[in-house]
Amino acid sequence: MTKTVGVAGCGTMGAGIAIVAARAGYTVRVFDTNRDALERARVQTAGFLDKSVARGKLTTEERDALLGRLVGTTRIADLADCSFVIEAIYEDLAAKHDLLSQLDQVCPAETIFATNTSTISITEIAAGSGRADRFVGMHFCLPAQLMKLVEMSAGLNTSEATWVSAWAFCESLGQKPVATSDTPGFVLNYFLIPYHNDAIRLIEQGVASPEDIDIAMKTAMGYPMGPFELLDLVGADTQKLLCDAMYGLTNETRAACPPLVRRMIAAGHLGKKSGRGFHRYGDNKMFGA
Amino acid sequence: MPAHVVVTGASRSFPGDVPVMHGRGVILAGEVTSDGIAAAAQLEGDFIAIELGNECLAHHIGLDTNANLSCVVGFARFRLGTAEPGNLIELVSTDWTDKNALAAAKAAFQSGGFIIACCADRPGRIVNRLIRPYLNAVLRRLDDGLATAADMDKTLMMGLGYPEGPNALLDRTGLADHYEVSAALQAALGDADFAPARRAQIAWHRDMA
Repeated sequence: MTKTVGVAGCGTMGAGIAIVAARAGYTVRVFDTNRDALERARVQTAGFLDKSVARGKLTTEERDALLGRLVGTTRIADLADCSFVIEAIYEDLAAKHDLLSQLDQVCPAETIFATNTSTISITEIAAGSGRADRFVGMHFCLPAQLMKLVEMSAGLNTSEATWVSAWAFCESLGQKPVATSDTPGFVLNYFLIPYHNDAIRLIEQGVASPEDIDIAMKTAMGYPMGPFELLDLVGADTQKLLCDAMYGLTNETRAACPPLVRRMIAAGHLGKKSGRGFHRYGDNKMFGA
Repeated sequence: MPAHVVVTGASRSFPGDVPVMHGRGVILAGEVTSDGIAAAAQLEGDFIAIELGNECLAHHIGLDTNANLSCVVGFARFRLGTAEPGNLIELVSTDWTDKNALAAAKAAFQSGGFIIACCADRPGRIVNRLIRPYLNAVLRRLDDGLATAADMDKTLMMGLGYPEGPNALLDRTGLADHYEVSAALQAALGDADFAPARRAQIAWHRDMA
């Protein structure tokens, strides 16, 4: 049985996935080459767990034990004892291939690799992993530590045994897997990225403010978050990467990155993580904290 | 004081009783005519709010600055097809609308318990501009075999916290209505993403037959 899980990349998604795995009882090795990113994730995770204790969802002992199962590292060799590694770095095929090929050298042959990609083809990522048959897509939803859905996709070379093991592993995390085909954006992002771009274009065209658009969509459709509240959580930089990946794969104009996103990135208005995106924020707490 | 509400013919915003709203103004619902607006303008008040369908406010008051009509705003209570209208009022103004009139109309609708989203006078306003391309994409990908309608709905509900999946929503509110709104927006905006998807076309044509 999988005892130790690796998470490569400790941005918003990686940190959330690490919490999910640790909460399920796994020892989690969180790898990132950026020591500051690891420290930021550690502080945010502690804040999130403190809030869980305050809300009565976790005891202090459970929190301490959970934190004890989370081990940050900048050394990829520390993932050598992982039987399952989830890649959660930014959406760049070359960068993912570079990371996975290093992991392939470090991890045992039986270790299953998964990618948290939301847009790039599982088959294409797997092709650069050195173990395409032991590779699956596991797309967690944002914020991973709160959302149960995982879109699971097999690549063309994923073995049946890998698929069965990965599905069981996902369920062992307490998550709800849904099988989707290996197509750009799977289900969720195929619809979400263009919808967000449409909303951004309403601002560009002076149709309404972010506040009014958020109010309208929440009230009319019963959505828990307006598009700009969610975009600020995703981050403008991530939205651009998602757009570039999706548009590059589909050539669908709704997926093309709106110019406003590029200007916001240049201005440092990345979203909640930078204190300002489409809305302004006074803190840098993890979602749910 | 209660706002003066005039309902002429069928109103999508107020199909039943009209909630009590307070403010010095006139709310024209249902079939709005230039004569109705002119009559409302004779009454003393801070604003005139006229109900909009798929058309723009300028359809009623023109594009050019007109001091006599600067107190006129548009409104639409959001409603999907045959479903009951919701609590959202999209409040429409032009760049020459009197800001005080807009504020007074907003306060009047809020006094009736509505949530207000202000927007410029553009086809589809906010919600239809955002949901129609999305719903068309859902219907097209359903045809493409991306996933079953049930799995698509489950994914979007679990992944985004939506209270209802898009396929169930269209089943409940009517594909033919989606066709009509989408076709109107495609004509107004010339954007292929608003072109009604095959399933909506079929539903509409079968309704017409």
